[in-house]
Amino acid sequence: MDKFRVLVVDDEEDFLETIVKRLRDRGLETHGVLSGEKALQFLEGQDTDVVVLDVRMPGMDGIETLKEIKKRKPGIEVIMLTGHASVESGIQGMQLGAFDYVMKPVPLDELLDKMRQAYERKVIQEEQL
Amino acid sequence: MERAYYRKLRWEIITTIIIFSVLPLMVLGAVIYHQFSASYTAKTLESLRTLAENRRASLDLFLEERVAQLTTLAGTHSLKSLRDEEYLHKVFNIIQSRSRAYIDLGVIDDHGDHLAYVGPYHSILKGVNYKDEEWFSAVMASGLYVSDVFTGFRKVPHFIIAVMVRERNQNWILRATIDSEIVENIVQAAMIGKNGDAFLVNRDNILQTSPRFHGKLLEPVSCALYGESCPNFGSATGTIVEEKSIGGMERLYGVSVLQNKRWVLVIIEDPAEQLSPLFRARYLGALIGLAGILVIIIGAFFTSRSMMKELEEMERKKAASEDMAVQSSKMAALGKMAAGIAHEINNPLAVIGEKAGWMKDLLKKEDLAHSPNFQEFADSVAKIEHHVARAKKITHRLLSFGRRMEPVTERVDINQTLEDTIEYLVNEARYRNIEIQTELAAGLPTVISDSSQLQQVFLNIINNGIDAIGKNGVIQIKTHFLARTNQVAIEISDNGPGIPKHMLDKIFDPFFTTKEVGKGTGLGLSISYSIIEKLGGRMMVASEPGKGTTFTIYLPVQE
Repeated sequence: MDKFRVLVVDDEEDFLETIVKRLRDRGLETHGVLSGEKALQFLEGQDTDVVVLDVRMPGMDGIETLKEIKKRKPGIEVIMLTGHASVESGIQGMQLGAFDYVMKPVPLDELLDKMRQAYERKVIQEEQL
Repeated sequence: MERAYYRKLRWEIITTIIIFSVLPLMVLGAVIYHQFSASYTAKTLESLRTLAENRRASLDLFLEERVAQLTTLAGTHSLKSLRDEEYLHKVFNIIQSRSRAYIDLGVIDDHGDHLAYVGPYHSILKGVNYKDEEWFSAVMASGLYVSDVFTGFRKVPHFIIAVMVRERNQNWILRATIDSEIVENIVQAAMIGKNGDAFLVNRDNILQTSPRFHGKLLEPVSCALYGESCPNFGSATGTIVEEKSIGGMERLYGVSVLQNKRWVLVIIEDPAEQLSPLFRARYLGALIGLAGILVIIIGAFFTSRSMMKELEEMERKKAASEDMAVQSSKMAALGKMAAGIAHEINNPLAVIGEKAGWMKDLLKKEDLAHSPNFQEFADSVAKIEHHVARAKKITHRLLSFGRRMEPVTERVDINQTLEDTIEYLVNEARYRNIEIQTELAAGLPTVISDSSQLQQVFLNIINNGIDAIGKNGVIQIKTHFLARTNQVAIEISDNGPGIPKHMLDKIFDPFFTTKEVGKGTGLGLSISYSIIEKLGGRMMVASEPGKGTTFTIYLPVQE
């Protein structure tokens, strides 16, 4: 399995901390940030393949962050994480270029599958360029 | 309170109808009757006038004839020839043969001496001198005299006519006594009906003929019959016709003065007799009017009853639609709340899930596998994950209940959707020995709807039916098209235990469930309800405990 670089963005600290640990445990180079602004800062400094982005966050929300990411780094694949009645925002996110969306709470294996698929797409698209 | 209100309203309607129908009817009746009565009374009075004038003319004619006869007789004979009683007798016989009216005939000289007499009282009257009699001076003054009726010593009602003749320088008088029976006969011919009367009076209101009811001959007119005094007919002039009430009795009076100005003919009629057609008309009119009023009252009762029924029906429908509105607003509020709660629970749930997952990851590390309680840890973590999944299912259903996502719109073949849905359940049903019968109408129009949402609804209801039956039963699914309302109706019935009446109005409420704890969320039907509502349809339930439950869904067919 390819090792790829992941950024998880979620305002729920316990959730963020745990999922980062679990992903690292599975050998992925994973980082976690608590807000959209921090995510954008992080992406400036570090190359990343896949971003897992919570839709609902205080301050800059997931959709805005997604727009920014796609503007700045169109190559990065984003998976939206919807925690509430926001299937619409998940779909909206996909229209804005997100790879997919998953509903919280999500089994880690499912999320991993999605992340792998996203990474594969990124690789394919980079090869085409 | 409702009933009292309806009753009051109904009475108001009835009263209004009756008043507004009966009043014009009565006014119309009264006006028509009044007009008819006035014209009929006028006609009756007119015919009374004709009768009075006619009779008066007859009397005048009779008197004139007598006067003419006597004048002719006197004028064509000399005193000398008529003094001869034998000759006078001959003449008397001639006029007597033509008219039985004459009783006697006498010749009187200007001194009042009775010169000749023919008649039944020869011995008494022959030598009488009339010089002091009132009539003698009257005839000497005016040349003609007609007396009032009197009985005299003959004891028979009669009157006299006297004419004066000038012969050279001597005046003499021819005097005749006239039997008033003929006058009486002429007058009696005007007595009409059972209560009609006719008589002659002189200027002093003294009766000249015998009336039927109004006194006796030669006495003043009597109205003792009415318990009051009579009007003074004698003072009349010309011809008068009127309706008058004496002592409370209505009478029609026709009064006409004879040409000689001495006598007045009075005809009295009973309006009850003369106006009987009018009274019949009044009676008939009243009868028809009463019948009309009766019809109006009956009509008012029936109309108001059907109106009340209509009104109550409308009220009921309104109440039902209000119930529906309340239900849907309740749904909306609960949807929001459910979504809020689901969101709040979802985040900690995600954390719990992640933590449990992390623990599971760690347990896999070899150093912990040897721990004596390793299996216990592993089981607990597995259970936590299992229940997180279960809680997640609930929160996701809550979210789908609360979400405001626009349904997909597509052409949906309801029959096809139902068959697809049944596919999912047919194994489960077979396992429980439940037969799913379908009666799907051919050629059902497609509806614009969301097939997956509809499928969710059908799945929910059929599943509920299966759960309700438990084992051994039948689920019937029917579809048909309602052309009148342009709707497709889907009927899903089970022969399970049914729903008690007190629960029936709660089954669409969120979290209402009859299933065991942990088996149902109580959201299925309320989600179904809101889905159908969002799709523009209606969902109804009918249930009879012991017999089963039927859910009916109506979906609009759009062009």
